[in-house]
Amino acid sequence: MNENLIHRLKGHVLKVLHLFALFIAMSIICIPGLWVVLNSFRPTVEIMAKPPVWIPNDLSLDHYRAMFGAAGEGGVPVLQYFTNSLIISLTSTIIAILVGMAGGYAFARFKFRGKAGIFIGIMITRAVPGVSLSLPLFIVMAKTGLIDTHLGLILVYIALNVPFTIWLIDGFFRQVPVDLAEAAEIDGCTRWQAFWKVEFPVARAGIASAGIFAFLTSWNEYALASQLTRSTFSKTMPVGLRDFTSEFTINWGGMCALAVLMIIPALILTFIVQKHLISGLTFGGVKG
Amino acid sequence: MAQVHLRNVVKKYGQLQVVHGINLEIEDNEFVVLVGPSGCGKSTTLRMIAGLEDISGGEVGIGDRVVNDLPPRSRNISMVFQNYALYPHMTVRENLGFSLKIAKRPEAEIEQAVDEAAGILSLTEYLDRKPGALSGGQRQRVAMGRAIVRHPDVFLFDEPLSNLDAKLRTQMRTEIKKLHQKVKSTIVYVTHDQVEAMTLADRIVIMRDGHIEQVGTPLEVFEKPANTFVATFIGSPPMNLLDGQVQSGKIALDGGPSVSIPEQSRGKVQDGQAVILGFRADNLMPVGHSMPMPGEHSELGMTVNLSEPLGTETLLFGTLAGKEVQAKMLHPRPVAPGERLEFQLDLTRCHLFDAKTQQSLG
Ligand SMILES: Nc1ncnc2c1ncn2[C@@H]1O[C@H](COP(=O)(O)OP(=O)(O)OP(=O)(O)O)[C@@H](O)[C@H]1O
Ligand SMILES: [Mg+2]
Repeated sequence: MNENLIHRLKGHVLKVLHLFALFIAMSIICIPGLWVVLNSFRPTVEIMAKPPVWIPNDLSLDHYRAMFGAAGEGGVPVLQYFTNSLIISLTSTIIAILVGMAGGYAFARFKFRGKAGIFIGIMITRAVPGVSLSLPLFIVMAKTGLIDTHLGLILVYIALNVPFTIWLIDGFFRQVPVDLAEAAEIDGCTRWQAFWKVEFPVARAGIASAGIFAFLTSWNEYALASQLTRSTFSKTMPVGLRDFTSEFTINWGGMCALAVLMIIPALILTFIVQKHLISGLTFGGVKG
Repeated sequence: MAQVHLRNVVKKYGQLQVVHGINLEIEDNEFVVLVGPSGCGKSTTLRMIAGLEDISGGEVGIGDRVVNDLPPRSRNISMVFQNYALYPHMTVRENLGFSLKIAKRPEAEIEQAVDEAAGILSLTEYLDRKPGALSGGQRQRVAMGRAIVRHPDVFLFDEPLSNLDAKLRTQMRTEIKKLHQKVKSTIVYVTHDQVEAMTLADRIVIMRDGHIEQVGTPLEVFEKPANTFVATFIGSPPMNLLDGQVQSGKIALDGGPSVSIPEQSRGKVQDGQAVILGFRADNLMPVGHSMPMPGEHSELGMTVNLSEPLGTETLLFGTLAGKEVQAKMLHPRPVAPGERLEFQLDLTRCHLFDAKTQQSLG
C-alpha cells in the first residue's frame, strides 16, 4: 500500500472517531433537555415507567392544557410567572450590563489608585456561594420591605451579575486598541462620542455575550428566588416549578411543560445573539 | 495652514521626565521630520502636539493659538498612526468620511471629499470593504486618506511606514512627498529611519533621550553634524570616528598615524586637547580608486580585513587607530582580505569633535 493511501485512511478513521466522540458529548449535554421536552408531552404513567420508555407512543398536549387551565385542575399562573421572570431578568441584565460597561471600561482604560485591589475585591464577591447569602439577604429584604417584590430580586441579580459583567467587558475593552479612540478624538469626537461611535461598536459582540450570560443567570436562578418571593406577584418561573409538587405527589409532566416554556425564551435569545458571538470582535482596523 | 511652535516643552510621567524642554519653530507648509533612536521621545512629542498627551510644562502653539489645554478635536490636526487605527466596524468609505460626519457636514460634501481622497490615494475600488479585508499597504493608504479628507492645519505622522515591506515603503515615501506638494500643509513626521528622514524632510530634527541634538536641512545635518551622535546617526554607513590628540599642530590618532588638522577647525583647538576625528567612507579612498581630492588630504596605509562589493563601488573594512573603519573604493577591483593599501583621506571633508563634550569643533 502506498503512503498516501495510508494517510488518507488514517484521516477517515480519525474523522469517524471525531464525529463519534462529538456525538457522545452532545448526547450527554442534550439528552436531559430532550427528555424534559419529551416528558412534557406524555402521560405520567409513561414518564414513571420502569424500565424507561424511550420511544413515546402516546403524545399529547395534556400537561400544557392543564397548566394553563383553572387553578383547581393543576393550573398554575404561568403567564404571571413568565412576566415576572421577564421583568426581573431583563431589568437586572440591562442594569448589570450598563454598570459592567462603565466598570469594565474604567478598569480597561484608566489608571487609578488601588485598581488591582478593587478589581480583586469585586471578583471575590463572586466566590461567595449565592445560597449562603440567602439568610442575610432575607433579613435585609424583610427589614426594607423588599420581600416578594420585583425590585428585591432585581437588586439581588444585579449584585450577582455585576462582578461578572465587569470582568468580561473589561477583557473585551482591553482588546480594543486605545489608538481607535484616539483616532476618533482627532477626527473630531469628544471622549463620549469616541466611546459610543467607535469603542462600543467594536466591543459590541463581547458586551452582547456578557448580556446573555447575565440574562441566563437571572432567568434560571432558583435558590435565592425561592427565599425572596412569596406570591404569584413576584414568583419567577423556576420557583413556579414548585407549584407542581404537593404533599405526596410530584406532577412531573406539568413540571416538564413549564420547564419547556422556560427554555424557549432562553433559546430564542441565544439564537438572536449568537450571530454576534460568532462574528466575534471584528478586527483588522489595526496592523497586529 | 499653520505654523507650529514648541517652547520649553516638557513631558513627565510621574517622576520620570522623558522630554526635556524642547524648542522648535515649524513654518507654514514645512515638512519637518523628527528622527532619533527608539525611546527618545519622538512619539511623545508628536502626541503632545496632537493633544493626546498632557503637556507637563512649556507651551505648544498651532497657528497663533496656544493649544496646551485644547482637546485634540479643537486643534484642527489629523494624525496617521503607526498601526493605522482604522475603525474596524466601518467600511473604507465610512472611515474616510467619519471626521466630516462628526462635523455634521452635508452628505453631498462628505461624498465629494471621500471620492476626492479615494482618487488621490487610488482607493476607489475598495470603498465598500472593511479594513479587515485590505492589505497592509491599502490600510496605510486609508489611514492617510482619513487624514487628508478634512484639510487640517497640520498633519501628524507617527512612523506610518514602519509596518510595510521595504519596497512598499519606498513607494509610499514618494507618495507622501507628492501628497505634501499636492495638499500643501504643515507636516510633522516621526520616524526612526534616517533614510526616510533625509528623503522627506524640509528640515530634520534629531532627538536623543528627550533632547533635540540638531535641527537643520537634510544637507546641513549630513555635512555639518553638531556632534558625534548626529554624525553617526545620519548617513549610511555611519561616520568613522577616531580618537586622537592635538600635538604640535597635528592630530595624533591614538596608536596610529598623524594627520593635519582640518582647515575649518584650526584655531579652535589647543595643544594636548583630546579630540575625535570623523570622516565618512566616501572621504577615505584607496589611491588610484578615489575621487579627485583637490583640497588638502592625508595619505594613510591600512590593511583591508573585508570587502563588500556593491557594484559601482566596493566597501572596504579595515582597522585604523584601533577602530574599525569603512572606506570606499571607486572603479573597484577585487581586494583580498589582508591586502595593504594606501588610502587618501580628504581633510576638507573631515570633522573634528571635542572628545569630552562630543560637540563639533568646526
Ligand atoms: N506611559 C508611560 N509611562 C512612563 N514612561 C513612558 C510612558 N510612555 C512612554 N514612556 C517613556 O517615554 C520615552 C519616550 O517614549 P516615546 O514613545 O516617545 O519614544 P519614541 O521616540 O517614539 O520611540 P519609538 O521609536 O520606539 O517609537 C520612552 O523611554 C518610554 O519608555
Ligand atoms: Mg514612537
